[in-house]
Amino acid sequence: MTRYADAPGFVEEREALGEVTVVVERESLRGAAEWFRDEQGFNFLADLSTADYLGWGAKGVAGYWGSPPPSPQTRDWTPPARDLNAPGSWGLQKLPEPKPKRFSVSYHLLALGPDPRRLRLQVWCDDGEPVPSVIRVWPAADFFEREAWDMMGIAIDGHPYLKRILMDDDWEGHPQRKDYPLGGEPVRFSDED
Amino acid sequence: MAIAPARDPLTNRPRIYEGSRIPERVPTILEVDPVLREEGDILEINFGPNHPSTHGVLRLIIQLNGERVVGLEAVIGYLHTGFEKNMEAKTYWKAITYAPRMDYVAYQANEYVFVAAIEKLLQMEIPPKATWMRTLMLELNRLHSHLVWLGTGALELGAVSMFWYCFRERDAILDLFEMVGGARMHTRYFQAGGLAEDIPIGFYEECQRFCDTMPARIDEYEGMLDGQAIFLERTKGVGLLSAADAVALGQSGPVLRASGVDWDIRRSEPYLAYDDVDFDVPVEADGDVYARYRVRMREMRESVRIVQQCLDGMPEGPWIADERKVVLPPRHELHTSMESLIHHFKLVTEGYRVPEGEVYVPIESPRGELGCYLVSDGGPRPWRVRFRTPSYVVLQAAPTAMSNALIADLIAIVASLDNVMGEADR
Repeated sequence: MTRYADAPGFVEEREALGEVTVVVERESLRGAAEWFRDEQGFNFLADLSTADYLGWGAKGVAGYWGSPPPSPQTRDWTPPARDLNAPGSWGLQKLPEPKPKRFSVSYHLLALGPDPRRLRLQVWCDDGEPVPSVIRVWPAADFFEREAWDMMGIAIDGHPYLKRILMDDDWEGHPQRKDYPLGGEPVRFSDED
Repeated sequence: MAIAPARDPLTNRPRIYEGSRIPERVPTILEVDPVLREEGDILEINFGPNHPSTHGVLRLIIQLNGERVVGLEAVIGYLHTGFEKNMEAKTYWKAITYAPRMDYVAYQANEYVFVAAIEKLLQMEIPPKATWMRTLMLELNRLHSHLVWLGTGALELGAVSMFWYCFRERDAILDLFEMVGGARMHTRYFQAGGLAEDIPIGFYEECQRFCDTMPARIDEYEGMLDGQAIFLERTKGVGLLSAADAVALGQSGPVLRASGVDWDIRRSEPYLAYDDVDFDVPVEADGDVYARYRVRMREMRESVRIVQQCLDGMPEGPWIADERKVVLPPRHELHTSMESLIHHFKLVTEGYRVPEGEVYVPIESPRGELGCYLVSDGGPRPWRVRFRTPSYVVLQAAPTAMSNALIADLIAIVASLDNVMGEADR
């Protein structure tokens, strides 16, 4: 049951909790965006959300000691969990589904009109892989894409004015990444300078 | 033979202006025409970030040709506090306190959208009393937000007394919030599963008194502004935004409805009790500052109607779901029940686990579409939280609405967009 299988660069379509997600190839995002706007009537870009899946599921399963994996590809494997010296393990109840790449970029689309529908258009990319800009399809993507670059370090390809938006222009690093520490920013104008 | 005026296919009304005014190269930056830059006497000024009319810390870099705005860029981020990052390090029920602090005017809308996202992942059933009370609180909050907007917006146009009148009613709403939540702002009254506390004794009477007086107060505000020549001169025909441009720029809420687009998430994708209450969606066709003012004034009347219906239809019963793996057990059980004590301890120290998945929950906040994108890995802390905040998106429309405006009108236009910078910068 795939309604959007004709989308350019179609990878998969899934529905969960009443929300439809369509994953497309990163390279053909621009064409897919135009297809969804022109052919399917998604004229409104509600949101562009990014997520960093570095360390996804690495907490392991809580509660008992596991064994080393038979091979790196094995899924039904429980990594070692619950350090006896640190009780109250923060581990998971079961391992989450593995993700295809490190970052997901989700375009929350809305068909604004008499028959409203919502859809999540999703692409996946690794660090440094450029994601095409959709600013010419939905001008509303402007701030969102700048934020995706600023906060997550997603290289947006083809944005005419890709500079930081929430952080300072000379900021180093991308704060929403999982490897960016919480509270790790340098203190300016301190005595140590 | 008369030619029918060009109608907008989106709104079926006459177009506000022909074509698009969205800047060509970058949609959110108005650039000075190169010819004008060579020939004209361009003055570049910096407006903000610390200026009372910017509703927070918005900085605008403005290029002026005489009194006309010919170039504009909005610079934001001065209030960036990393809410989304911080929430990843908290358990869900601690992270709820972060959400309302982003928008310190429409806090309960932000609180609700995060709670709604959690509940969607948990697939929880909410008792009807909590559903109706949440609707009531969200509408009171809409009134609160519009009152703050009206007071400060009119103040910036010189109507100083409006501020005092609006804050009188705002205070009455804050009293109601204090009554239910114990705090005047950031009440944290919504809990995953329902409400944090039962509705207090005496609330219905107080709220009824508010509903009885409020329509007359709105008449008062309109009486003060609608007949005032200066206010009308400064708002009518100023800050135009066409329906097509508003949709292209992702506008929502009162700004979109003031451009003639009949769109309200409360009606198109009903949540809470909005399906069961009767309300109209005000739409104005002119797309100017005055239309945005009219939409918000009419929305206030509708909100009073909804609050009244919630008061009349408030069901009896429990105010929070009986789901011991998520909801704190009743306090009195802790002294007698071992299981309750264990549940309390686990929920407070470790938090509840939310099943793996990703959701995007949109609601109609006082400013427009407020969305929460929540990813869970199955653990007790959110993997990723992101808010689609209307204040952030509305700033994208500023260069389009302000192209060729007078510098004095800039204040009126910024006010009419109703951006709260805490929410824009997060």
